[in-house]
Amino acid sequence: MSDQLVKVRDLKIGATVFPPNAKPHDIEIVHGVSFDLERGKVLGLIGESGAGKSTIGLSTMAYGRGGVRITGGEVWINGRDILQTKNADLRALRGGEVTYVSQSAAASFNPARPIVEQIVEAAVRHKKFSRSEAEKRAVELFRKLGLPEPETIGERYPHQVSGGQLQRCMTALALCPEPDLVVFDEPTTALDVTTQIDVLMAIKAAIRDTGVAALYITHDLAVVAQVSDDIMVLKLGDTVEYGSTDQIINNPQEDYTKALVSVRSIDHEEKQPTPDPLLRVENVTARYKGTKFDVLKDVNVELHPGQTLAVVGESGSGKSTLARVITGLLPQREGQITFDGRQLTPEQSARSREDLRELQMIYQMADVAMNPRQTVGTIIGRPLEFYFGVKGDEKRKKIIDLLDEIEMGKDFIDRYPAELSGGQKQRVCIARALAAKPKMIICDEVTSALDPLVADGILKLLLDLQKIENVAYLFITHDLATVKAIADSIAVMYQGQVVRYGSKSEVLAPPFDDYTDLLLSSVPEMRLGWLEDVVAHRKMESAGN
Amino acid sequence: MIKNIPLAAAVGLFFTGLYFLVAIFAQWIAPYGMAEVVGGVWEPPSAKHWLGTDNIGRDLLTRMIYGGQTTIFIATMATVISFTTGSVLGFLAAVLGGWADQLLSRFVDLVMSIPSLILALVILSVMPVTVPILIVVMGLLDSTRVYRLARAVAVDIAVMDYVEAAKLRGEGRAWLIFREILPNALSPLVAEMGLRFIFMVLFISTLSFLGLGVQPPMADWGGIVKENKDGIVYGIGAALWPAVAIATLAISVNLVADWILNRTTSLKGGRG
Amino acid sequence: MNLALKLVAQRLALGIILLLLVSVLIFTGTLILPGDVAQSILGQSATPEALANLREELGLNEPAVARYFDWLGGLLTGDLGTALTNGQDIASSLGTRLKNTLFLAFWAAMVSVPLAIFLGLVAVRFRDRWPDKLISGLTLSTISIPEFLIGYVLMYFVGVKLGWAPTVSTIYDSMTLVEKLNAIALPVTVLTLVVLAHMMRMTRAAILNVMQSPYIETAELKGLTMFIIIWRHAFPNSVAPIVNVVMLNLAYLVVGVVVVEVVFTYPGMGQYLVDHVSKRDLPVVQACGLIFAAVYIGLNMIADIVSILSNPRLRHPK
Repeated sequence: MSDQLVKVRDLKIGATVFPPNAKPHDIEIVHGVSFDLERGKVLGLIGESGAGKSTIGLSTMAYGRGGVRITGGEVWINGRDILQTKNADLRALRGGEVTYVSQSAAASFNPARPIVEQIVEAAVRHKKFSRSEAEKRAVELFRKLGLPEPETIGERYPHQVSGGQLQRCMTALALCPEPDLVVFDEPTTALDVTTQIDVLMAIKAAIRDTGVAALYITHDLAVVAQVSDDIMVLKLGDTVEYGSTDQIINNPQEDYTKALVSVRSIDHEEKQPTPDPLLRVENVTARYKGTKFDVLKDVNVELHPGQTLAVVGESGSGKSTLARVITGLLPQREGQITFDGRQLTPEQSARSREDLRELQMIYQMADVAMNPRQTVGTIIGRPLEFYFGVKGDEKRKKIIDLLDEIEMGKDFIDRYPAELSGGQKQRVCIARALAAKPKMIICDEVTSALDPLVADGILKLLLDLQKIENVAYLFITHDLATVKAIADSIAVMYQGQVVRYGSKSEVLAPPFDDYTDLLLSSVPEMRLGWLEDVVAHRKMESAGN
Repeated sequence: MIKNIPLAAAVGLFFTGLYFLVAIFAQWIAPYGMAEVVGGVWEPPSAKHWLGTDNIGRDLLTRMIYGGQTTIFIATMATVISFTTGSVLGFLAAVLGGWADQLLSRFVDLVMSIPSLILALVILSVMPVTVPILIVVMGLLDSTRVYRLARAVAVDIAVMDYVEAAKLRGEGRAWLIFREILPNALSPLVAEMGLRFIFMVLFISTLSFLGLGVQPPMADWGGIVKENKDGIVYGIGAALWPAVAIATLAISVNLVADWILNRTTSLKGGRG
Repeated sequence: MNLALKLVAQRLALGIILLLLVSVLIFTGTLILPGDVAQSILGQSATPEALANLREELGLNEPAVARYFDWLGGLLTGDLGTALTNGQDIASSLGTRLKNTLFLAFWAAMVSVPLAIFLGLVAVRFRDRWPDKLISGLTLSTISIPEFLIGYVLMYFVGVKLGWAPTVSTIYDSMTLVEKLNAIALPVTVLTLVVLAHMMRMTRAAILNVMQSPYIETAELKGLTMFIIIWRHAFPNSVAPIVNVVMLNLAYLVVGVVVVEVVFTYPGMGQYLVDHVSKRDLPVVQACGLIFAAVYIGLNMIADIVSILSNPRLRHPK
């Protein structure tokens, strides 16, 4: 048997689209992609949304999601073109030779059946193992993947284990039938960074130990660099660059790849604190109505005029709650908030129009932050009219100035949000905040729903605007790379408390507390061997203890 | 927008419009007087009487036209009542929240736990059966459904970030309701209005058929069935004309409602 | 299991509270409405003596609360009072009629439920192809025509023109089951048509909803056969929604029965209720209304309980 496992030639994939107010028609979403994969090797497929990477991954199982279908080319697996095989053979391929790990394990497990039953199902149906053998193998995989109580965890139902654990169970599901190829489709994207690294390590070890080949699909080049031998960069259904991981990371040839490699390399010099902070949060404690649990515990932070305070933490750390307390949407139980020298009333409804104007907010999901029935002009113009009473031609002129500032043309003034791209939507939201001429803007995960390059553009814009308008940002994020790019000072939050706080240089320099260390070391770095280094570092630490 | 109108919606619009025009101008269109006896009992269709005559020799086409007027008028008025009451209360409940919302919602749950026809029968057993009372009873009973929809839609919209953004800007309640929530709630509500109207036509026809709706000698579609149902066993199909009328009207309104819903949701485009 | 049982107990308690509140609503709906009840029963031409007698008979001179508890107490002990129009005991007149109505509803359900689920599956299997479109077209037409008109259309064409089934559905206790079934053929068909459309459309939606979930994709990517996918992965998750659909439509059937009985002069509870509404016989209307509401509430409650019991999150708490 040769070492060649997968051979894809000139793969073309199409879909039928149903645009509003027009006839349904066919489009091509992948335009002739070719690649090879040997046994036991890992190929990374990387690209932004719309690159067609998941679609290509599923084509190795001759499967099209929704209205998607393969329109041309060849997909050879184990020496046969699977696009020409019959249904019964395809079933033997799916779940036998090729298996799949999806982004959301929580949705991909049947809620009504115990986990282990679903894991052994494919192996038993394809007569690879008897049921008891398969169950034994599942337990072995649980152990290998570092799941707690490997003997019994399989008896649980999907909702009884955590998200990170379920993602590992999904990997066990894919590995159980001893396939030749596993397709990993963004397996760690939905996880927090500290969980992501565990799952990533488990996946990498499992691939190495079982000798299975894999297609690893992700939008995060730093992640894929850790697990793959080769990388293929995709953009809008075309191959941009295809080479070894070392070449792609260390010696990219195409501009697009270079941009992806150097993403998040924005840097800016840290500014020194001023004597008078713009915002001072003192001893703030808060909880949601009807609960008995403080989501914020004794929080103290300061933000200086024209500077950026980054609040970082994982889901559930209370960072977004802090934003709600500062805006007055969730009045604090204890403590006080001083803004520009005056104390802010806890309830938003009791604040003066001037207070509201000077403190603006930008949201994570730009498309639900704008009224879909208002034009860009109305959205940006309303704060002008509301706070400054600007009307008519003057308002239009100011709207156009603002569109200029966010690097969008005046043609956009009459468009609706649905006609904008994700990045453009976020820019309009920035313009709406700027229109109020605020002293401070709260940015709540404003880049986390965007593709890396688009996100970079937004961060650059925010930094430029800060210089021009001298506005301060309270920047809430889970992404430490973003923090490094734009922050002057940093507050690390964990379970409702600020565990580390200071200027950027102080917070990011050792000695670290345990949590910050964990958080910092979990952020994937754009270099080969990072994952091994972290593993070694952590092993050493636990050995030292 | 007009030239993009699909065939089904165009047909729907045409027939809906036709029915309403006939209903409005019934007095001028109908060939005979409403209660005028002009021929023998259950005469077959002829040039003189296109649909024949009814159980006491009135022109059936005339009865159908006047019947349409009564049925459509009652259904329209009841829909208006159901809609204004239901959507105003639903929006209020969503925006106010708290005990007002609880009180209204639980009461609506209670009313909706009884089939509306049964509750209508119970109420009509003690009320004088007149057109205004029918309209009010039907409208109020049905407003519970509109209330639920309006409240659900408004609650969904009220938690959207753009509403929060407007709140943070310091906008007043009027702006929030009329500029942020209402424009986005309108399309499901308008489509629902079509369905409610159909339901009202069916409801009033059923009541009249049971003898608890429009009282003779006034004509209405359910009543025409009641008057002529005895002919069925003799093979006389006079009672079936209302079936044709109700079905075409209902289907037409349905087609229009579907189209409105599709058109307005596609305007939102790639949201989410 | 404990949590699920607790929720079921809560749902049962809620059903009972709801039933009590409904009895209050039906009671107040008939007795505390504007206008003098006695007057509206007897009409404008009634003599003052007759009015006074009726008020006495209805107990209108006592306070409403006392009358309500009197009525409720009677209900709980099986005493539904006597009819105003003929002085007969309501409970005994209702007995056979309730049996007849349940007989009709039972057979309508027996025909419509399997048929609707089968057609729903067909619609899913041939989604967006002609069988699906035909089915949804028929659905649209049947929900656009009121029950009584479907009844007469069938009576005219099937009963009179073709002579396949009796147009009047009288049944006696002495009839054999076959005779009875022949007598109710048309009303059962009408009821089936009325609920079929809804039930099928909702079944289709419920199954499609399950079939589009990612875990079905997982099953497909395991290379399982369609049968196994449906049996092991789709079916366990569709039980609750389908039971819900069935129960909601059976509840809807309750309303349909009222009208259909009148059309086919079937001696059931619906006709009894309608007759006595026109005669303004309050005790009968109240009793019938409450029974119909109780059935309706009961069916909805069963639907809720099934969905609680089939929810894996509640059956296997963390």
